[in-house]
Amino acid sequence: MINSKKSKMRNSLSGFRGKKVGKFFINIFLIIFTIIQIFPLIWLVLFSLKSNSEIFGGNIIGLPAKFLWENYRQAFVGGKVGLYFINSFIVTGLTIVFSGILASMASYAIARMKWFFSKTVLMIFLAGMMIPIHAALLPLFIILKNLNILNSPLALIIPYTAFALPIAIFVLTTFLRTIPRELEEAALLDGCNVYQVFFKIILPILKPALATVSILTYIASWNELMFAVTFISKEQYRTLTVGIMSMVGQYSTNWGPIGAGLVIATLPTIVIYIMLSKQVQKSLISGSVKG
Amino acid sequence: MSNKITIMIMVLPAFIIFAAIVIAPIFLSGYYSLLRWDGFGKPEFIGIQNYIRLLTDNSGVFGKSMMNSLILVALSVFIQLPIALILALILSTGIKGESFYRTVFFIPVIISTVVVGQLWMKVYHPSYGLLNTLLNNIGLGSYARAWLGDTKTSLMAAFVPIVWQYIGYHMLLMYSSIKTIPEEIFEAAKIDGASYLKTFFRITIPLIKPIIKVCVIIAIIGSLKVFDLVYILTNGGPVHSSEVPSTLMYNTIFERYMYGSGSAMAIVIILSCLLITLVVQKFFKVDNYTY
Repeated sequence: MINSKKSKMRNSLSGFRGKKVGKFFINIFLIIFTIIQIFPLIWLVLFSLKSNSEIFGGNIIGLPAKFLWENYRQAFVGGKVGLYFINSFIVTGLTIVFSGILASMASYAIARMKWFFSKTVLMIFLAGMMIPIHAALLPLFIILKNLNILNSPLALIIPYTAFALPIAIFVLTTFLRTIPRELEEAALLDGCNVYQVFFKIILPILKPALATVSILTYIASWNELMFAVTFISKEQYRTLTVGIMSMVGQYSTNWGPIGAGLVIATLPTIVIYIMLSKQVQKSLISGSVKG
Repeated sequence: MSNKITIMIMVLPAFIIFAAIVIAPIFLSGYYSLLRWDGFGKPEFIGIQNYIRLLTDNSGVFGKSMMNSLILVALSVFIQLPIALILALILSTGIKGESFYRTVFFIPVIISTVVVGQLWMKVYHPSYGLLNTLLNNIGLGSYARAWLGDTKTSLMAAFVPIVWQYIGYHMLLMYSSIKTIPEEIFEAAKIDGASYLKTFFRITIPLIKPIIKVCVIIAIIGSLKVFDLVYILTNGGPVHSSEVPSTLMYNTIFERYMYGSGSAMAIVIILSCLLITLVVQKFFKVDNYTY
């Protein structure tokens, strides 16, 4: 639905200018909105560097008198945010890899090979995009319990991978349909088998679409709460979302380390976003439009 | 023959994990919803009694949770989406700082709901929170209160962060859709002497109706299945004042061990999502434009 046709509206609408007053109010509106959207996050960084006595002494909003980096060390070690971070990294990383490989294989077969059920299989996968995870919560809990993998990283990696597949297959098949077949056909004529074509030709071609898929999967898995809180109760396997909640309980009234923990948990997302903000925005757009 | 085996090798791994983790649990949930079961003893088949009890339960908690989620639907559709639309319209005119604003408005979208939730807990903190501090500073201290702990305000206090977090998402979807409208159309409007506002109402908004429809569906479904922020901020309390269907479902299953009743709630949540999607699809008829 969204084709990235470049439009140069910037120029065309500049002709509407001249209403200076209107422009002034529009700018005020945008600035107020910027503050509403971003100030809570700036405030978070500010109080992550303060001591309790400073906050409770009245400096709630201002800059910290002294930057208390100790809070970060405390959250990372004492609050175990370091451990939760590594767990989240492992779970999210493996989910991205597994779902990327599985979805690429399936998408290749669906979009490029001729077989009777290909449309049906695609439909079933795409229907998965409409299913809220609530539906699966209790049955999955019971299945994972019976498989004895509750309280292990697999208890999250497997469900995250499965729920990442529909959107990944949607993005990858859509992308593959826009790619001409000549390269593959040439490779097949040169005597490559299907697997060689897949690994040597299709996977490299899919790279941009896989980047989109990886970003979507990253955001979904890194931030997921409901499964994480249900399937993991052992501290050693907790991911950030649940870990943060237990850290908050641990430091209940000690704002500094809590703020520091929240900042640490958000840092990778912000770094990715700053480096790839266009790509991240594009990914979320393509992830939303399910037709 | 070998072709068929190849296809199976490519598709089956993804399909099996998807069917087992995403599809099968829906049917299992449907089955559990017909049982009286605490997860330990022997399940007893009781037909649709769980559903009847949801509708006729004297305490009316489930009904209240549904009403609450409808309030969130209304907030999303009538407050969140219009704000997003206004922002998208303004930014798409190529105002100064366009990409800065777009990037900043989008930041809350990608941040973990746990971080957003914990941050807003601090915003709402009765003594040292951002909100009460601001109210005190501007002389409205009499309005300061324990926002999340008061049955009168807990619902709205839990919903504001949800609306806040996803404004940027809808803004981006609408913005990118406006950007696909060819420049000539705006130029023609300009030549005809159409004003800013007239251009928005007569040209831009009608042309982006398809994406508005997508946003409406996303907003409604998101509201009906909302879990994370309510779970973190209030867990449905105090005394169910901010209960939504998914927090009630979660607590029914994992706190009260009523697997049957909780599963019935899960099924109702899924069905209401599907139903609303169909209704919006049917009554919100739009033409797709190709340029």
